[in-house]
Amino acid sequence: MPTFEYAPAPESRAVVDIASSYGLFIGGRFVEGHGQAFKTVNPATEETLAEVAEATADDVDAAVRAARTAYTRVWSRMSGADRGKYLFRIARILQERAREFAVLETLDNGKPIKESRDVDIPLAAAHFFYHAGWADKLEYAALGTDPRPLGVVGQVIPWNFPMLMLAWKIAPALAAGNTVVLKPAETTPLTALLFADVLQQADLPPGVVNIVTGAGTTGQAIVDHPGIDKLAFTGSTAVGKMIARSIAGTRKRATLELGGKAANIVFDDAPIDQAVEGIVNGIFFNQGHVCCAGSRLLVQESVAEEVEARLKRRLATLRVGDPMDKNTDVGAINSRRQLDRVSELVAVGEKEGATRWDTGCELPGTGFWFRPTVFTGVSQAHTIAQEEIFGPVLSVLTFRTPAEAVAKANNTPYGLSAGIWTEKGSRILWMADQLRAGVVWANTFNRFDPTSPFGGYKESGYGREGGRHGLEGYVRTGADQ
Amino acid sequence: MSTATEPSLDATARAREILGVSRLTNSALTTWLHGLPGVDQVGAEARAAGLSTRSIKASSKAWAIDLAISMIDLTTLEGADTHGKVRSLCAKALLPDPTDATTPRPAAVCVYGDMVATARAALGSANVNVAAVATAFPSGRAGLGVKLADTRDAVAAGADEIDMVIDRGAFLSGRYLQVFDEIAAVRSACVRDDGTSAHLKVIMETGELVTYDNVRRASWLAMLAGGDFIKTSTGKISPAATLPVTLVMLEAVRDWREATGEMVGVKPAGGIRTTKDAIRYLVTVNETAGPDWLDPAWFRFGASGLLGDLIMQRQKLTTGAYSGPDYVTID
Repeated sequence: MPTFEYAPAPESRAVVDIASSYGLFIGGRFVEGHGQAFKTVNPATEETLAEVAEATADDVDAAVRAARTAYTRVWSRMSGADRGKYLFRIARILQERAREFAVLETLDNGKPIKESRDVDIPLAAAHFFYHAGWADKLEYAALGTDPRPLGVVGQVIPWNFPMLMLAWKIAPALAAGNTVVLKPAETTPLTALLFADVLQQADLPPGVVNIVTGAGTTGQAIVDHPGIDKLAFTGSTAVGKMIARSIAGTRKRATLELGGKAANIVFDDAPIDQAVEGIVNGIFFNQGHVCCAGSRLLVQESVAEEVEARLKRRLATLRVGDPMDKNTDVGAINSRRQLDRVSELVAVGEKEGATRWDTGCELPGTGFWFRPTVFTGVSQAHTIAQEEIFGPVLSVLTFRTPAEAVAKANNTPYGLSAGIWTEKGSRILWMADQLRAGVVWANTFNRFDPTSPFGGYKESGYGREGGRHGLEGYVRTGADQ
Repeated sequence: MSTATEPSLDATARAREILGVSRLTNSALTTWLHGLPGVDQVGAEARAAGLSTRSIKASSKAWAIDLAISMIDLTTLEGADTHGKVRSLCAKALLPDPTDATTPRPAAVCVYGDMVATARAALGSANVNVAAVATAFPSGRAGLGVKLADTRDAVAAGADEIDMVIDRGAFLSGRYLQVFDEIAAVRSACVRDDGTSAHLKVIMETGELVTYDNVRRASWLAMLAGGDFIKTSTGKISPAATLPVTLVMLEAVRDWREATGEMVGVKPAGGIRTTKDAIRYLVTVNETAGPDWLDPAWFRFGASGLLGDLIMQRQKLTTGAYSGPDYVTID
């Protein structure tokens, strides 16, 4: 008897034109970079997609100057209603070109097309729509008296959600009247460069948004540039700390959205089948390359065996492979470097005595891949329960009482997100109150919305993005003028 | 010769064993059913929507279409049904596509009890079952005696399968034991004189149970009472079958098999009209209960119009061109 074969149902890459090389987007046009150009590859095939310019400190200086000029001459003087019009226009163009962006994101990042198509790009457009609405209503956002923009904002974003993080950063900055110098991650610059095309199409005044590509030194040049008024960074805690040190004693402000080691807490009265879906979504969504991933499963001991069995059964149905296939659930690891890091931490987990299990599924011959992996018998002392793995690896721990769940969930230097699974509403409220995490999901996980603020406690960073709270990071008010 | 009461006693004895109680009371059933894990509505619907995005490749699609056709309970349940209408439905079941003899036949023809003999005669010895709705279908509002007589009548007339409705009123007011006893009694009434038994499908009318928690509880109650199949709807209440409801039922039969080793079938009925819909259901079966359920013995579609669309898509796959509704016989 033949069985159901889903694959392959590949999305066509014909919708997107990838140039052989890209420059820097400064002052409304593409210019050549002066650093050492680098290649960006498709992590699923290791094929080189394009060569991208590296911005030197001089290039960054040119970008900051373009942003300053645009700020003083155009953008800060423009009415909120007019800024809103540009943002609405950008949002609409993003929607119109959604398929192009989704395909390019998947090619450059390795995430499954169904994710870039159904999550990343629609949410990115939603962020622009949402903030377009705020542009002329800042005075009513309860931010303080007379909210004014900060000036030129330097923004450095990670490779896990390239387009979505770009939207999280650029949309509120522009809505509040700031201009931007943005650096996409070196392994995933292509959608940001395609976004430059959208800005031209939307007739955004030159210099309002500048996009400079490069690696750490380019980022450092942005951080160190005296013309930057505020830094917004999403990425690792180590780099976040470096930024905080670099700007200490300067007038620069910063919002940092850093790592996480979220607890996904399953009580014995949880809706089990949906909790299993939530566990899967929590850690295997985007190959676990999610700062708020539910990488620690805390399950009540009385249902631990059952949850574990159901989880493994469910994981056996996950489809790992070609990210361009519409039926793929888990795609490629973004880079060899990240794959090495995940492999290394998994080896440490095994060495420290946790029990490793994976689906045993077949993996493609080329590209960077890692099987969805579950560690059981993990305790707080294990490295894999403490360090952010940033890959498709789940650590399962158990607890006996709600208080113990809270203690274990909070026992981490991070505090970005948490999940609670129980049918008891009062317990959800009590837990949410006790958990030191910026986002607490109840009976769901990894749900994002532009109206909802996102950000961390402790080493997960400071400042919020999204919602009314997210605007606070982009304005000065009252006596702060 | 088996008497009508034996299987009912068996059902109670078995239920006592499964629940681990010495006496099967309403409160024992309540404790058991309410101890099942809850269903989160948002999560269940999101999972069903996620499964709907799978795409199937052409060779599997051909196989899936034939499988779906062979799973259909071709149904007519109208006050206006006549012997002529039932005979023509049977003719359609015997020859679904006159232009292509390789088209599989549906699993059964589903009619009201008084049409069973007509259907039986029209189908002859062909491998198409006759299913009859019984127990004061669709509302189920009649005394137990009437319901049992209704069932026996259909079985005596030659029905291979009985589609009963549960007493939703009793279920919603928490009288689970009454629902259990009724299903068990109907189960007994399905037994023929020679000791064999008609297959029992238990219609829960999920559109009236409303919540997924109720759907899960009703599923477990029907399985406990000995139903061979759990079925969503009569087709007379909106909403009829939905993908999330079917998902919850598939989880129930999967978990039941894990608990008891027994397989129980699932039948969504009503509202499934297109090939695309049918394939979504099959994907959900495959990924929830597993490939063992991809068989007419364990999964059925209660539908009438669906067959026409499946045949049209089948013709498209074999000929490469769409025909049109006039190239598929009605009925």
